[in-house]
Amino acid sequence: MLISKPRPAAPMRADPAAEGDVLLSVRGLSTQFGHGPAALRAANDVSFTLRRGRTLCIVGESGSGKSMTARSILQIVPHPGRIVAGEMLYYPQDAAPVDLARLPPHGKRIRAIRGREIAMVFQEPMTSLSPIHRIGWQIAEGLVAHGMADRRTAMARAIDLLRQVEIPNPAEAAGRFPFEFSGGMRQRAMIAMALACGPRILIADEPTTALDVTTQAEILRLIRKLQEEEGLGVLFITHDMGVVAQIADDVLVMYRGEVVEYAEVQQLFANPQHSYTQRLLEASRKLGMAAPPARPAITPGPPMLRVRDVTLTYPAQRSFFARPKPPTHAVRGVSFDLFEGENLGIVGESGSGKTTLGNCLIRVLQPSAGQVQYTMRDGQVVDVDGMHRKALRPVHREMRMVFQDPFASLNPRMTVEQVVGEPILMHGLLAGAALRQRVRELLASVGLPEDAGPRYPHAFSGGQRQRIVIARALALDPRLIIADEATSALDVTLRGQILDLLLALQPKLGLSFILISHDLGVIRYFCNRVVVMYRGEIVEVGDTDKICDHPTQPYTQALLRAVPEADPARRALLAQP
Amino acid sequence: MSDITAGATLPQTSRYATASEARLMWLRFRRHRLAFAALIVTILIYLVALLVEPLAPFNPDKSNGRYVYHPPQRLHLIDHTANGIRIHPYVFGEHLARDPVTLAAHYVPDPSQHVALGFFVRGDPYRLWNLFPGNIHFFGPVNPRDTVFLLGADRLGRDMLSRIIAGARVSLSIGLVGVGCSLILGIFFGGLSGYLGGRVDWFIQRVIEFILSLPTIPVWLALAAALPKDWSPVATYFTITLIISLVGWTELARVVRGRFLALRSETFVTAAWLDGCGQGRIIFRHMLPSLASHIIASVTLAIPMMILAETSLSFLGLGLQPPAISWGALLSEAQNVTSIATAPWLLLPGVAVAITVLALNFLGDGLRDAADPHAH
Repeated sequence: MLISKPRPAAPMRADPAAEGDVLLSVRGLSTQFGHGPAALRAANDVSFTLRRGRTLCIVGESGSGKSMTARSILQIVPHPGRIVAGEMLYYPQDAAPVDLARLPPHGKRIRAIRGREIAMVFQEPMTSLSPIHRIGWQIAEGLVAHGMADRRTAMARAIDLLRQVEIPNPAEAAGRFPFEFSGGMRQRAMIAMALACGPRILIADEPTTALDVTTQAEILRLIRKLQEEEGLGVLFITHDMGVVAQIADDVLVMYRGEVVEYAEVQQLFANPQHSYTQRLLEASRKLGMAAPPARPAITPGPPMLRVRDVTLTYPAQRSFFARPKPPTHAVRGVSFDLFEGENLGIVGESGSGKTTLGNCLIRVLQPSAGQVQYTMRDGQVVDVDGMHRKALRPVHREMRMVFQDPFASLNPRMTVEQVVGEPILMHGLLAGAALRQRVRELLASVGLPEDAGPRYPHAFSGGQRQRIVIARALALDPRLIIADEATSALDVTLRGQILDLLLALQPKLGLSFILISHDLGVIRYFCNRVVVMYRGEIVEVGDTDKICDHPTQPYTQALLRAVPEADPARRALLAQP
Repeated sequence: MSDITAGATLPQTSRYATASEARLMWLRFRRHRLAFAALIVTILIYLVALLVEPLAPFNPDKSNGRYVYHPPQRLHLIDHTANGIRIHPYVFGEHLARDPVTLAAHYVPDPSQHVALGFFVRGDPYRLWNLFPGNIHFFGPVNPRDTVFLLGADRLGRDMLSRIIAGARVSLSIGLVGVGCSLILGIFFGGLSGYLGGRVDWFIQRVIEFILSLPTIPVWLALAAALPKDWSPVATYFTITLIISLVGWTELARVVRGRFLALRSETFVTAAWLDGCGQGRIIFRHMLPSLASHIIASVTLAIPMMILAETSLSFLGLGLQPPAISWGALLSEAQNVTSIATAPWLLLPGVAVAITVLALNFLGDGLRDAADPHAH
């Protein structure tokens, strides 16, 4: 176990009068799933204090118990989880403190606190909003349910709240449905809903994880503004050390259900005590915008991939009832070159067409116009998107793909050995014992243990699965690997590992990479050149250094500004307009 | 380089790590108690269907005018003899008596007369599967000339227990064969529909909707009525099976199509194409194994529908006709109120149908849950 006893002490506060500011004091909270020795402690002996006007960030990787801790506070732990120990003292405005852990989860008293005193914002705003009710009513409903207003005043207050969360034209927006809103707008509506009853504590569970960086920056600024106006205590859950550095006052670091460190943000970043915190910080800084990049030094060879005016247009939707919608341009007029031996990044936000473009390059999707010319190893130039689908096999032997989701890209019914051997078998290169030997070499080269072969994908963690996918991509001695968000589904400590693995393999195997990502830090670490995309079109192409340090296009500048930097001393994110 | 080998530890859950998807499904299935019990019942019922001749105490076609509508006899175990207590199965002998007023016949047990029963006794000769001659019966009266009617006798004095056991073979195999036909049709058309999509999909789905919109029983009746009366029982049997599966395949086709559509967009299928797999290999090596468990579950749930369909048809007199024995044909004996009033045990084949259908349904539910643990 990584935890070092005794429990880390709470950060010291210089101002003793601040004791009156305490909103929530959690001591020794334990939440577990199941019974007996097989029980899983989702949160084990968690303690912290939340004060008025301050932001406490709970940070940790997936499965660290940060969400369960937050849900325990409101007694909304999913079945069969339950709180087994500890106290959670909530200090109401003018009443005696209440121990939330003692309140029955379906009782009247916790319901009076839920939403009214302590409100919560969830990660995925689409699933947290009811799809069949209008936004305005969803916000007003809390007020009516708590008996704080009648319907008419509640609706007026809802419009007021929408104005407060900076939704343009609030009166009209209140009459709309969630699906008519963009992701960022929905999250604003969620925040308006959380604020409706004037809570004193706002719990935000990864509220910006599903959003683009530019939208994330806006939402974070909004939460900060509201916090200053209302004096909220904010409990912010995130996995992103950059976000922590930008918004936190205090930080609670969790690992496998336990608190490994609890400190003020400056102190935590300057002087992390626990080895896990150190690892987490190191991994975040490695992919940060200030770190030295690891990309290979290259002398660009001849262009191996020439992309000219690639366009993919989805035809107009004809509908009997609705007005015909205009055709959608997923990718429009994209041209660039990839030189042999270099790493090219394609960066953009969701909906920018970067994944569609990647799929067009390897002909998983057929572009509606344009050319992708690939120079084969033997010097022959082929038109990837013009040739017959059956003639693509030799191209696919040299051009391979690594997918975003390592869970979905491995066939659950095949062993690792079969998965990695499949391309070799299909191209008739090796069979029998020689094939097994080659697969063993491949697995070793991506750092998987020897006994991985006969296992099924479900026996591996996310990072290990991505290594299997990489081994499959390497199986045919490719020249070019297109990696589509290959690290996005992984925790931050694993991201660096996978990128380093690819970089270590590159000189040995003479590879070129196209790395598609929304994460500028990853691109900057890995790529020599970047293509910046926005709404299906290229905004800017150039050397990574030039783009990251001296962007010329306003969109690139905005994108760079929105990247949360893992340094609390440089809080540029919230200072912006 | 430490980063390169950082993934070199595997979780030590070795039993599950190298377990195939089928094995995982079995482990999940075993936790499902009701389904596991249903599996055992199903296996037993199918064993009965397989070993009809030695298991039935008598030849199911042997009639005896002396035992018309003989009621079920009570089985005794403890025998008080002059030498003390002996434990062995026996029934009381019975003789026919007539009510002096109404002259109605009824059977009176005679406690002084014991008909001893035993296991593996000699009895009516038979040919197992029409191949191996024999006369050993798993259970029956020790003296071959004695009779015993544990579940009563029908209007010709034939033993109901033997007839129900014999009916199991036809009723259960019609389920299997019918589902087999449905499966072939369902996988073929469903797979075509799901994999090709577009116009083919549109056309097949409309045909399926048309078939499903037909009222089933009248259609079966019409088709069954069209069969020539002079066909042999075997020919009728297979035609009935085909008729039933003509409707049954549509549900399976829809399941297969849905799974194909879902699988087609999976990343690992795209990955298989990029690996250089041809269409056949993608379908058979990469997609079908993922479908297999769902297909098994759907098939298990389709068998009881087939059994019920056969029972209904035969009950209505349009499926298998006597002398062929199936549960439906046996139940057709219980069509009029008079015979049920005199001999309610004629409804016992219905109990056999209910037990089988329930067992198969529980089994199918369990298999479906095991195949798709996230469905609920």
